[in-house]
Amino acid sequence: MDKGARRSFWEVMDDMDRRIIFLILLVVVTLPLIISVGGEIPPTAPVISAHESVEALEAGDYLMVSIDFDATSAPELMPMLRSVLRQAFAKDVKVIMLGHIAIGLPLGHTALEQVAAEYDAEYGVDYVNLGYRPGYIAVMIAMGREIEDIFGTDYQGTPIRDMEVTRDIHSYADIDLLFGFEHGAVIDYWVRYAQARFNQKMTFGTTAVMAPDAYPYLQSGQIEGLIGGLKGAAEYETLIGQPGLGTRGMPAQQWGHLLVIGFIVLGNLGYYFTKGKRKRSGETA
Amino acid sequence: MGSLGMIIGTWLAGFLTLAILSFLYKDNPFYKLAEHLYVGVSAGYWLIYVAFFDVEPMLVTPFMEETGVEKWILIVPAALGVIMLSRWFPKTAWLSRWPIAFTVGVGAGLGITANLQGYVVPQVQATLLPMTGFNLVSLNNLILVVGVVTTILYFYFSKAHKGVLGVTAKIGIVFIMVSFGASFGYTLMARISLLIGRLYFLLSDLLRVID
Repeated sequence: MDKGARRSFWEVMDDMDRRIIFLILLVVVTLPLIISVGGEIPPTAPVISAHESVEALEAGDYLMVSIDFDATSAPELMPMLRSVLRQAFAKDVKVIMLGHIAIGLPLGHTALEQVAAEYDAEYGVDYVNLGYRPGYIAVMIAMGREIEDIFGTDYQGTPIRDMEVTRDIHSYADIDLLFGFEHGAVIDYWVRYAQARFNQKMTFGTTAVMAPDAYPYLQSGQIEGLIGGLKGAAEYETLIGQPGLGTRGMPAQQWGHLLVIGFIVLGNLGYYFTKGKRKRSGETA
Repeated sequence: MGSLGMIIGTWLAGFLTLAILSFLYKDNPFYKLAEHLYVGVSAGYWLIYVAFFDVEPMLVTPFMEETGVEKWILIVPAALGVIMLSRWFPKTAWLSRWPIAFTVGVGAGLGITANLQGYVVPQVQATLLPMTGFNLVSLNNLILVVGVVTTILYFYFSKAHKGVLGVTAKIGIVFIMVSFGASFGYTLMARISLLIGRLYFLLSDLLRVID
């Protein structure tokens, strides 16, 4: 195709510089963040089930929170983590945090400390961060026998038997619900080792990329509920009545999706309408 | 001092975010700097974590405190870990096959039972669904069963995809395409979410344009 010749609209659509697409996407996503605060997002069944699984816990019950993500997934998973922690602390549920992605655990700890401060929860009494141990399969199996064998101390080195919150915790039998926040395959191991072997009740929040892989577990009843991506986080924020980044991001998400759909349609039409011209000039697709 | 640290940290994070995003225009030294910094910091972080959350509490401390068999058995995993490092030297690299063989053996043994117990059996059970009467639940269950059966038949390659098998395989590929479409849609949602997260940080924490 002669680049110097004046190109038709469809030729431009068929061969648009991707940097122009990035620039338009940047504008379309930025503007709704500035001018819109976002409304309530109607919750879907998987998110309602996830919410109900935490809601079913009573004061003094134990919620184990697993941080299985890092900074690359934080925008999706941190809003749902904060919402779940708020719901748990509001019900006086004891929170035990651990993680299988070492580099992401400080993100979880930051959220834990922030939300605990909102509810005047006390470290070692109402919540604890056990930290990280490598080899998640070994960790998951060992916790089914005796948690102290694998997490003898918390992340600061304090023995777990010296803290009120973990004094009587020995295995999954003492954990009322496990809530995993996942950006990778760790969810498969939780289900296959902790749920299948030890009947641990579990619910997950996943990145949108991981959500399709997690749905079969929900359909089979192996997990209690599922929060998928930023939209799931927004739905959960609606359910607990505390809007956050999930809700705030939904208008931008919506306009971003519409733009991409528009570009897919225009790009395909451009390809279709310029097919004849490409054939004549001997270009391959 | 804490406040100054926060300000410096926020500006540094903002600079690194823009440096990484600048790759969308073209490769440049700022992107390279941010990329190398990320790799270096991540590696250092992992090293510290493994030392303080694994080697020290799981190996060094128990070795100092335990007595009898429980003390000396720790030499076995420690030796396997050290042998792994023999890969650095061509003449002794073959030694690293022992810890790898141990890991693969344990992984395979655990994986077989876990996959059967935690994936295959529950998923097969979840496909055996009732279809009673003409209602939406039965229709949903029918679609699920047809989807599973035709998709499995698509991957049956011992017979040419002709006749009945050809028809079912074609139906199967429709389900596979729907699955790919759903995955693509979710992936798109994830990527835009990440962009929203970074833009929110830039507009809120760095520029304070929004709350």
